[in-house]
Amino acid sequence: MLYVIICFLWASIWLYLLLGGADFGAGILELFTSKGNRDKTRDTMYQAIGPVWEANHMWLIIAIVILFVGFPVIYSTMSVYLHIPLTVMLLGIIARGTAFAFRHYDAVVDDMQVLYNRIFTWSSLITPLFLGIIAGSTVSSTINPDANNFLDAYVFSWLSFFSVAVGLFTVAICAFLAAIYLIGETNNDTDKKRFISKARIANIAAVIFGGMVFTAAWKEGIPLVDWIFGNAVGIAAITAASLSLVLLWYLLLKGKTKVLRILAGFQVTMILITTTFKHFPNIVILKGGGHLSLMEHHGHDKTLQALGMALLLGSLFILPALFYLIYSFQKKTAAGTDHHH
Amino acid sequence: MNDFLAARSQMALSLGFHIVFSCIGMVMPFFMAVAHYYWLKTGNDVYKNVTKAWSKGVAIFFATGAVSGTVLSFELGLLWPNFMKHAGPIFGMPFSLEGTAFFIEAIALGFFLYGWGRFNKWFHWFTGVIVGVSGLVSGILVVAANAWMNSPAGFDYINGEYVNIDPIKAMFNDAWFSQALHMCLAAFAATGFAVAGVHALMIVRKSHVQFHTKAFRIAAIFAAVAAILQPLSGDISAKDVAKRQPAKLAAMEAHFHTGKKVPLIIGGIPDESTQTVKYAMELPGLLSFMIAEDFNAEVKGLDSIPKEDHPPVAITHYAFQVMVGMGMIMMLAGVLYLIGLWRKKRWLESNWLLRFFVICTPLGFIAVEAGWTVTEVGRQPWIIHGIMRTADAVTPMPGINYSFYLFTAVYMSLAVIVTFMLYRQIKMVGKLYDITPASHLTTH
Ligand code: HDD
Ligand code: HEM
Ligand code: HEM
Repeated sequence: MLYVIICFLWASIWLYLLLGGADFGAGILELFTSKGNRDKTRDTMYQAIGPVWEANHMWLIIAIVILFVGFPVIYSTMSVYLHIPLTVMLLGIIARGTAFAFRHYDAVVDDMQVLYNRIFTWSSLITPLFLGIIAGSTVSSTINPDANNFLDAYVFSWLSFFSVAVGLFTVAICAFLAAIYLIGETNNDTDKKRFISKARIANIAAVIFGGMVFTAAWKEGIPLVDWIFGNAVGIAAITAASLSLVLLWYLLLKGKTKVLRILAGFQVTMILITTTFKHFPNIVILKGGGHLSLMEHHGHDKTLQALGMALLLGSLFILPALFYLIYSFQKKTAAGTDHHH
Repeated sequence: MNDFLAARSQMALSLGFHIVFSCIGMVMPFFMAVAHYYWLKTGNDVYKNVTKAWSKGVAIFFATGAVSGTVLSFELGLLWPNFMKHAGPIFGMPFSLEGTAFFIEAIALGFFLYGWGRFNKWFHWFTGVIVGVSGLVSGILVVAANAWMNSPAGFDYINGEYVNIDPIKAMFNDAWFSQALHMCLAAFAATGFAVAGVHALMIVRKSHVQFHTKAFRIAAIFAAVAAILQPLSGDISAKDVAKRQPAKLAAMEAHFHTGKKVPLIIGGIPDESTQTVKYAMELPGLLSFMIAEDFNAEVKGLDSIPKEDHPPVAITHYAFQVMVGMGMIMMLAGVLYLIGLWRKKRWLESNWLLRFFVICTPLGFIAVEAGWTVTEVGRQPWIIHGIMRTADAVTPMPGINYSFYLFTAVYMSLAVIVTFMLYRQIKMVGKLYDITPASHLTTH
């Protein structure tokens, strides 16, 4: 059952990165869109993600619930030492979620929209930035349970070159996913071109920030290179990702949307695999070499049994419904039925 | 403000904020389903407009409820890491099931909000019902988790270790049923009166009377039935509390001295230092009767409980009085309305009844907040009743007061914006729904 639960944990992080990531990315793209085109970007985005919007963010909650029920020590350690970035991320989630709803459901369209949009776009950037920082700090040996002053315990636990680089990388990935996704959601050529060029820029940014992650890892003594290139899975995944990148650029020229989506999703999946495979099951690496391991720091057997059953049972209900939701709206948008305002 | 107090206040603030949205998220889908049903059956467009107007409001509330709930699931760890480290695996069962319920709710909401004119109409209607049912289920599940904190079960506590854990037993603890029942009714009563009150106001002002009358009636019937059942369920809760948390009951009733033939105290100012209650109205023997159905039964007072285990008496007592007081007023409104419905049709058009409902608009939510204050403050100093103290659970991180100020500012602004948007929504009713023909409304 432990393995079932770990699979669910991994899958919910993965899906959150893909679906939630594309969702954040749409806001980031809007932030970096020239004023004239913003309305169009917004409309495309709303049509594309509106119906599944709420569901995308459930994956984060599932991951958190799995952590606090199944792996309470890991959850509470992260909550204590990463309190500050978690709080910032939460504020980002609040701001983003409410601004998204407000701007579409406000009965009057006036100056308030400017405020909602500004809040929405900025929080779309900040939230994944801090998610990345949190992810970075879990593996960068900066969490220090023996620290005896505020800065070491609660600030330098997450504020490092490496973590910030991971944060920026995450932002670029989100923007990339969104741009690729949105290419397939527009019906006219100029918009398609716009999203294609955005996908390129985001991709270049991701490569630059990726380089920054490696540099930071090297400077701060994090064996990232070893995690990725020190084992067959890592090498295979990173090679696959690089090869598919070439293919992706080629297809971008052609504008083949379905394949593009699959490729982009594939790349992000590969990146997540390489970065999690080598140090599995140690999901938090502490200062001084200590680890918090999924295989050791888990709850009691009965708890895991119950949690696993709940997850399996839940997916029996959820997955078909979710697929049907995505399927029906894909079909209808493709047919170009009604338009929201 | 010290860190411990700040953490408690931040928790209370976040929960107090979330509960408003979750009540609405649990109940409004049912109201919409009724209006929607009438529309599908009768083809009367006013019902369609009511459904659509409500669904816009619900979308706003739902999003706010969802983000504030997400915040809560992190806050449990951010503020009470030591509690979660031990309690997580024990009381986590309802949370893991709740994940499913939320997910289904979110999916069904996607279908419902974006599905106008896209699906078979009864399928579309059904997705709205699913939103309501899964919301209600998730509410019941979270309350079961809270009930576990009041009546811990499903583990043995031996030498400071939590052993023999059984998450299913933990979920079905002694308090879950009475709390869940009371909470569900409270959600219907609070949301019902709030919605009915707003529509009543518009009727009194003679604005779009047809629209508001239909909306009012749906909300008012739910509200009235729930408000009449509420005191009955409250009685079950009180008997239950007397059994498992005598300290909480004593604080609720400001009952300091153990004794027989204990009076029920109404109002009054409890003074913990002198252990007396000033200016209270006493109904002889009634508390004994309510707890044990015997006017002479003994009821434990605070003197039978060690001083360090006393909850704050005054807050708990006042909060309890407020809840019961509001409950009585709402019950009266409910009874009058139902009499009007069955016997005295002309009451329904009369201004005094509508005005009464206008006054009742906020009462349900005041009662909900007060009721949770009773439950949570009355549990102090324990976070897990009799097992772990709240003070031992708090995060070691200093500076929580800043976090509290920040969240206060955020929640305040959100409350202001949501209120403002709701106000606009209501003002726009005429433009959006009443006058324009239905063909204009196919989008939202
Ligand atoms: C519309 C809201 C509302 C109304 C009218 C009432 N209540 Fe209530 N009450 C709640 C809303 C509420 C609540 C907010 O939902 C609580 C908090 C925890 C819970 O389970 O329900 C609660 C808790 C609560 C508790 C504590 C339960 C516990 O700690 O386990 C008791 C003893 C009562 N109530 C009793 C009553 C009585 C005797 C009422 C008579 C009129 C009453 N309530 C009306
Ligand atoms: C939504 C309705 C709820 C409201 C309005 C509410 C209110 C409060 C209040 C006022 C406090 C502070 C008590 C004090 O420190 O004096 C508190 C504390 C707390 N509540 Fe609740 N509560 C609610 C539901 C829940 C639920 C469902 C849970 C858990 C499953 C929960 C968990 C906690 C925890 C962990 C604390 C902090 C520890 C403590 O003070 O005992 N609450 N809540
Ligand atoms: C008595 C207390 C509570 C009740 C009745 C309640 C009920 C609900 C309901 C009905 C929703 C759906 C959102 C909506 O319709 O607006 C919701 C959302 C949520 N609640 Fe609560 N809740 C309570 C307390 C809590 C607590 C203590 C937590 C966390 C520990 C929590 C976590 C969540 C989460 C994560 C969501 C978002 C789910 C989504 O995206 O739909 N809730 N809650």
